[in-house]
Amino acid sequence: MATLARLQARLPALREECFRRNRSVDEYRKKEYKAAVKIQSWFRGHRVRAYIRYLNNVVIIIQKWWRGYQGRRYFRKMVATAYFIMKMNFYNEMAVRIQKRWRGYYVRKYNYNYYALKKYLEAISVNNEIVRNELKEYAEMKEKEKKKEDLEKKEKEKDHQARKMHYLLSTEQIAGVYNSPFRKSPDPMELLLRKSKPLSHKQQPIKNHLIGELCDWSNRSRSLTCPTAQPLPPIGRQKPQGPFRDTAEVLRQRYKPLEPTLRVAASINSLEKAREEIKREEWRNRIHDNEFLPFSSYHKNEKYDPSVHRSSKYGQETYGIKHFREVQPKKWIADKVNTFTKVRENELEDIFKYKSISVNEALAGS
Amino acid sequence: MSQRQVLQVFEQYQRARTQFVQAVAELASRSQNIETLQNAGVMALLRPLLLDVVPTIQQTAALALGRLANYNDDLAEAVVKGDILPQLVCSLSEQNRFYKKAAAFVLRAVGKHSPQLAQAIVQCGALETLVICLEDFDPGVKEAAAWALGYIARHNSELSQAVVDAGAVPLLVLCIQEPEIALKRIAASTLSDISKHSPELAQTVVDAGAIAHLAQMILNPDAKLKRQVLSALSQIAKHSVDLAELVVEAEIFPVVLTCLKDSDEYVKKNGATLIREIAKHTPELSQLIVNAGGVAAVIDCIGSCRGTVRLPGIMMLGYVAAHSENLSMAVIISKGIPPLCTCLIEENEDHIKAAAAWALGQVGRHTPEHARAVAVANVLPILLSLYMETHSSEDLQVKTKKALKNILQKCTYLPALEPLLHDAPPNILKHIVGQFSKVLPHDSKARRLFVTTGGLKKVQEIKAEPGSLLQEYINTINNCYPEEIVRNLMLCSCWCSCALGMFNKFAVSFITEDCFSSYLITV
Repeated sequence: MATLARLQARLPALREECFRRNRSVDEYRKKEYKAAVKIQSWFRGHRVRAYIRYLNNVVIIIQKWWRGYQGRRYFRKMVATAYFIMKMNFYNEMAVRIQKRWRGYYVRKYNYNYYALKKYLEAISVNNEIVRNELKEYAEMKEKEKKKEDLEKKEKEKDHQARKMHYLLSTEQIAGVYNSPFRKSPDPMELLLRKSKPLSHKQQPIKNHLIGELCDWSNRSRSLTCPTAQPLPPIGRQKPQGPFRDTAEVLRQRYKPLEPTLRVAASINSLEKAREEIKREEWRNRIHDNEFLPFSSYHKNEKYDPSVHRSSKYGQETYGIKHFREVQPKKWIADKVNTFTKVRENELEDIFKYKSISVNEALAGS
Repeated sequence: MSQRQVLQVFEQYQRARTQFVQAVAELASRSQNIETLQNAGVMALLRPLLLDVVPTIQQTAALALGRLANYNDDLAEAVVKGDILPQLVCSLSEQNRFYKKAAAFVLRAVGKHSPQLAQAIVQCGALETLVICLEDFDPGVKEAAAWALGYIARHNSELSQAVVDAGAVPLLVLCIQEPEIALKRIAASTLSDISKHSPELAQTVVDAGAIAHLAQMILNPDAKLKRQVLSALSQIAKHSVDLAELVVEAEIFPVVLTCLKDSDEYVKKNGATLIREIAKHTPELSQLIVNAGGVAAVIDCIGSCRGTVRLPGIMMLGYVAAHSENLSMAVIISKGIPPLCTCLIEENEDHIKAAAAWALGQVGRHTPEHARAVAVANVLPILLSLYMETHSSEDLQVKTKKALKNILQKCTYLPALEPLLHDAPPNILKHIVGQFSKVLPHDSKARRLFVTTGGLKKVQEIKAEPGSLLQEYINTINNCYPEEIVRNLMLCSCWCSCALGMFNKFAVSFITEDCFSSYLITV
């Protein structure tokens, strides 16, 4: 009983205690919970981090190796290209040197050959000199001719004058105009007068017989109306009797164009030409020149015409093995096994034939 | 009795008509009478006389009409308006040769004035009858017909084509072969008039085989014939390379060169024209001419002539030199530059001077060697003075400027460039200073000369915009010399430009002389 009373006395305290404990537990629960969470989280985090670190290290190693490998590959490629570029530059430079020399030589020898140009210019000056001399000679010759002509014309004029003025000749009694007594010797005109024959009246040029004839004096020179230098000889003074045909008709008949018949117009070998023309036309229109042969077995044993491009002295090059199927029976082995024995059999047959021994013996023997 | 009286009346009338018509024809041959005749209404009176019964009156009337129409184009138009042409054309085919000559003369006189009148002649169908006349026996008729056709074809290419379509060209080629000189002349002149308009017409003439005959006639001694023949060949050759080659193939070289020595001025001119038309097409043709010695002949020809006769020769040299530098050098060594230079100085006409300037520009523009040859002949100051002269025509100025530019861009001969520094205007000065800036950095003797002749001083006086090409050139030149000299000269030029007193100028120039001498010793 006492215990009960004790217990009962303790009961409110118990309740309180219980309540207090629950509350404190409650209070601490959150705290403890949080603490546990914290510890767990730290630990888990630690574990994960360790794991990640481990993974990182591993990955680093892998990547290290891989990148090293790539880099070395790339480096090798770079070195190869750099080397290649160096070589090409070197080759280019050498090629430039060669080309420089060659082009300079070529241009100097053939395109802008200085010495040839010099010779050419010298030749031109020499030629010019020759041409100038020749032209000068030509001009001098022409001058001389002109002078001669002028002189001759003057002479003729003088002669004509002298002949016209023949009456001025001096006589014994009366001295002429050109033979003055105060002169030492007679004037040259006087001498001319003495030499010349008097002009007869008939030779006066006929001026007025061209009334009926019209010419354009104002615009053309005299030579137009008498075009030929010498006058034509008179044709007996009798006009030919008409009636005359019309000039246009005469000309038309005289200059009638040729109108040949078809036979004349065609050339002599026109038939052959026409035939050849037909042949050529047919040849042109044909696709190929092979004769049509109606027998079909002709085509069976046709020889293969190899292409010119791929044939050489040493046989034909193949087009390529990849696409065109090329059959080389000689290279087949499967046949050769049989043929090998066949060959052997043939040999044996020969031996058998000539030595007339049995096959088996021969087989055993060889 | 009365019959005789009646006949007498008619005879009187006929005599009166004959007298009238002959008198009119005589009067019409003198130009001072023609206005009076026109005012007196001679056209209306002559027209019925054309239809007269008596042939001589017809012919004289036609002759009188022709002379009147020849005088001026009003009268020619009156002839056309008076419907005289169809009548003439009809009777042209029927009548005798004197009438044909007179009628062809009328047609020619009408057709020569203007294209419209010539068109009127073509429209009344005169061309066919004229072509028929070309086939006549009488050379005078042929000549009159050919002359008329030539005057019609002269105006433009349509009329030429009409003449060709009428079938005149083969007959003209036949006419050329006739022995009469006058007929040859006229036929050659007609062919020249036909072929000058277009390449097709020229080709038609060539196809008729004219070139061979024309080429043979170059050797003929008659001067007027040579003129026409050379003119015809040059009109054919001018259109295209093929035609020029055809002309050359007729073996005119070197015969044509003798024409350049002829005593007649126009033969020389036409010969030079022919050579020019051939030379201008391709370098190969020019080469051919040079190899045949044509350049020397043309140069001599230029030297011996005066005035417009020189012009084709000058242009020929220009064309030859323009093609390539070898040909230009050939012109130079054939002593081509002195005649061109004298042309520039002597001639009065601007267009000849312009042509000479152009030719010199073509000669000197290729390489420094060429420019030097041109500069040594003292051409540049002349060109500059022509450029600067106010009287020069625009064309002359443009051409001299171009020639100067072309030569200066290649000229490295400094003694010739020096005098130009002082007078040149800014746009030319740019090129001169540019040339100096190219040569001076490399040549020490030239630098010394440049300073002593006062060129450097002049360069300092030039005002240029900073950043312009001229300024760059000036800087390049200044960089060739040590600082003090340049500064002194700049000061000197500034003082000079400020127009200080004489004393200061002298002092400065003395100072600069000392500097120069010391500089020259060090250089």
